Amino acid sequence: MTETAEKALPDGWELVVGLEVHVELATVTKLFCGCANEFTSDPNTNVCPVCVGLPGSLPVINAAAVEFAMRLGRALGCEVRPSVMARKNYFYPDMAKDYQTTQYDQPTSIDGELMLGDGAVVGIERAHIEEDAGKTTHIGGGGRINDAEYSLVDYNRAGVPLVEVVSRPDIRTIDHAKAYVSELRDILLATEVSDAKMEEGSMRVDANVSVRPVGSDELRTRCEIKNINSIRSLGRAIEYEALRHIDLYGSGEAPRQETRHWDEAGGRSTPGRSKEDADDYRYFQEPDLVPLRPSADVVAAIDATLPVLPAARRARFAARCTVSAATIATVVERGQDNLALAAIEAGADADKVLTRIENDLAIDDWSLVSVEGLAALISMETAGELTATQTKQVLAQLASQGGDPKAIATELGFEAMESDELDVLVDQLVADNPAEWDRFTSGDDGDRKKMQGFFTGRIMAATRGQADGRAVAEILGRKARG
Amino acid sequence: MSERITRDDVVHVARLARLQLSEAEIDRFTEQLGDVLDHAEDVESLDVGDIPPTAHPLPLVNVTRPDELVESLDRFELLAQAPFAEDGHFRVPPVLGEQP
Ligand SMILES: [Zn+2]
Repeated sequence: MTETAEKALPDGWELVVGLEVHVELATVTKLFCGCANEFTSDPNTNVCPVCVGLPGSLPVINAAAVEFAMRLGRALGCEVRPSVMARKNYFYPDMAKDYQTTQYDQPTSIDGELMLGDGAVVGIERAHIEEDAGKTTHIGGGGRINDAEYSLVDYNRAGVPLVEVVSRPDIRTIDHAKAYVSELRDILLATEVSDAKMEEGSMRVDANVSVRPVGSDELRTRCEIKNINSIRSLGRAIEYEALRHIDLYGSGEAPRQETRHWDEAGGRSTPGRSKEDADDYRYFQEPDLVPLRPSADVVAAIDATLPVLPAARRARFAARCTVSAATIATVVERGQDNLALAAIEAGADADKVLTRIENDLAIDDWSLVSVEGLAALISMETAGELTATQTKQVLAQLASQGGDPKAIATELGFEAMESDELDVLVDQLVADNPAEWDRFTSGDDGDRKKMQGFFTGRIMAATRGQADGRAVAEILGRKARG
Repeated sequence: MSERITRDDVVHVARLARLQLSEAEIDRFTEQLGDVLDHAEDVESLDVGDIPPTAHPLPLVNVTRPDELVESLDRFELLAQAPFAEDGHFRVPPVLGEQP
């Protein structure tokens, strides 16, 4: 599932991770004003009095953002409930208003869960609506915050609608942390709530990491790791942080509760703001915005339009096949699961359908491949009428031109090669190449392998690739044993 | 008096709000904020058991706007509101530390 094997924690330690994911909603406009939700434009071009909190400006919440937030909440199995916006007060130039409008004690969605591919469940504590902040650039001092001569601020991103999804600290392995993020991304894409591009910042993951002795249920001091911009970084950052904590405990010290920044190039995290003096944001209810109170009908309407989510789509295959979970996940991720399912229902072998799609239909447009065509092709392969190589060639043509696999096979000259025909061919080759045959039957392992390649190559050449490689190997083996 | 709000509370809140207060102001605001809290306490003594809690004085919920573009401010006009601007950006004094 992962490209590199996950390093296990030293014996006796267990990982405790909770993830906070900020998701940018795919609305046309910002959360509280009609400025474009678009911050790659020239700086400060999508900004109005609401964005920078000029006196007298009044926010009005974007109906689409509220709908997206509720849709995501329901997709995560949350209770969608009455909510109010709140002001989180802080002084930093990325928010000209000196507060961020967010939700505090009454968020839109609470108490959901997310099921991972292997059946593990991670609780969702809450998913709340909030606005994004502007972007600061530090000038002078090599761009480092503390040495900067001054800072420049672009408010195009200020007021962009976000949902922050907060998991419970239920994650116990790095693989699960990665799987959680990729599952959440799949849900965001399926519900069309966000384009969920981690590298571009439309999905931002912060990890709360702590460790504890195995068997304990305590929650020890955690550190919040920010600046993680890929799923791979997430794994590295969690591993680094967990080992750092274990080292500290091992030398009789303890981690401090703090925010740390992941440095991908350096492969380490560096301390940021300390959380020792407890955050005091003096939250209060936003007086300029009235409460949101979705009716049962509104929530029911959202439920009715939710797509079948990736977990459910994967589950449709589970009882029908024995291929790996990764194969199923790939087919679902590419949106080829309906085609696969229909072909299986039309009688084609489930495992073959899924592996052929995974390996030989990794293309953007497969619309010419009909359910009947795919099912017929896989059935021909299963019946031994086509070799693996031939099946791939027919599938490639089906995808590029459409049509009937039987007709394509005939057109390509793929007549089924009877195995007694192969037998005759092998006998002929053995007679023509006695020295090679001798090395095949009585040589060492290296010779044997080389000669197997030699004979197989000759047979493939003679049959223009139509022979079934496995059948050839079987015949060679049988003849060698005498 | 002193139990409703202390001088230390006022100093703390002033620090959070980035307000610099003189000793005399701290005394005066301790007194005034105390009066405000006294008033809240008076209200608290009313029996409101039958009244549901409200988040807002207006009898309104679900006030939203359609997701439609409205023209933004002209950047020249926007940046003219700021003491300093540079290169299409607001220019601010060096930021100490990171975003809270
Ligand atoms: Zn605006």
